[in-house]
Amino acid sequence: MIKSLKATGHQLASSAFQLTVLRQEVVEVLHLPPFHQKMREVGLFPLRPVAPAVLQINVGKMCNQVCRHCHVDAGPDRQEIMTRETMQLCLNALAQTDIPTVDLTGGAPEMNPNFRWFVEEISKLGRKVLVRCNLTIIVANKKYHDLPEFFKKHGVEVVSSLPFYSADKTDRQRGAGVFDDSIKALRMLNAVGYGQEGSGLVLNLVYNPAGAFMPGPQAALQRQFKQALAKDFSIVFNELFAITNIPVSRFLDFLIESKNYAGYLEKLVTAFNPAAAAGVMCRNTISVGWDGGLYDCDFNQMLDLHVASTSQHIRDFDAAALAERTIVVNQHCYGCTAGAGSSCGGTVA
Amino acid sequence: METYYDPADLKKFGTIGEFQKEFADRFFAYYGAVFAEGALTAREKSLIALAVAHAVPCPYCIDAYTADTLEKGCTEQEMMEAVHVAAAIRGGATLVHGVQMMNKVKELSM
Repeated sequence: MIKSLKATGHQLASSAFQLTVLRQEVVEVLHLPPFHQKMREVGLFPLRPVAPAVLQINVGKMCNQVCRHCHVDAGPDRQEIMTRETMQLCLNALAQTDIPTVDLTGGAPEMNPNFRWFVEEISKLGRKVLVRCNLTIIVANKKYHDLPEFFKKHGVEVVSSLPFYSADKTDRQRGAGVFDDSIKALRMLNAVGYGQEGSGLVLNLVYNPAGAFMPGPQAALQRQFKQALAKDFSIVFNELFAITNIPVSRFLDFLIESKNYAGYLEKLVTAFNPAAAAGVMCRNTISVGWDGGLYDCDFNQMLDLHVASTSQHIRDFDAAALAERTIVVNQHCYGCTAGAGSSCGGTVA
Repeated sequence: METYYDPADLKKFGTIGEFQKEFADRFFAYYGAVFAEGALTAREKSLIALAVAHAVPCPYCIDAYTADTLEKGCTEQEMMEAVHVAAAIRGGATLVHGVQMMNKVKELSM
């Protein structure tokens, strides 16, 4: 099994080093405007939040996969896991607000030993739960085989990565055998009703390019995925979210190693779209790290860019203070503002 | 090493308007319209462009439409089959002239 950048002691495991590398390339090598300047040109700097619609909680970096593009640098060797106490703090914060959706991510969130309890407690608060499930976890071990039933019981919306509808591209990005296991898991989800018309059980897929290129139009990709998965595997799903790979962590490592770094960054900056910039997800999201730290998004979280607010930790959650914050931006944000834009829910423009 | 083709020139394509703006503007507007979704999908058009890029052959176009077909979710098999279509037409175009050669042989020979 491939190790995480952290486990190998790679320079890019350091968030400070990543931010330096990004700034050097964009500003000093490519002589392109820094992100905040580009946002100022279109009247979006400082970037301010709107009413929070999503509390995205990263419950840990442990994962059964080691994907080549992972911005979390997740893997089996990562030990950072949210404790039940921190989960309780999240529930306390949630109860103070009317944030309608809780988005659980990781790593593989299901590997957190308190995952099921957490889902149950969030459901009791009447909030929609969305789980970013990597699919293979469902078939990785017998104890996870009943996850589709568990998801169904709590009306969980399942969002799963499937970078392509064939094994070659999927396995190159996510590891050998991942495609076949993903198909098995998708069939298990379909079998309990997920993705089936009229079931009310939502199964959305995430497409992200298996390489140094941007995603094409989401609607066209969704048509292709629906057609291919139905024809080849009799699999159905609701929507496809096309997501741009953000130049952070392992994807940044891939870009540098494959000598695609400059070309990719230039492409993102050139494709800057003001409409996408206005709709970035950090404006309506609050992100919680495994240790309870608060961030504007999951990417900022991995770069240790905490929220610019007096409310820095979930134990001190203060919705009013957070509403007054300025969103922290850096060069990686060009990934969310390129072309049709990118968010955890797909394109935004 | 200096070569006639510089990959960096591809992104300067838009600057051709500096010498003749009106025609460049018309060309790029036409180009955009051609590649939009129509009776053919943008994906199908991209595969055609990839094949034509190889038939022309234009290294700028090959780079551009390799990236474009990948972005549009084409498989590597589809991309290579498109190149084979170009190769078959180019090969066929050469070979069909063999008939002209055969006609001439027959005309000249006893």
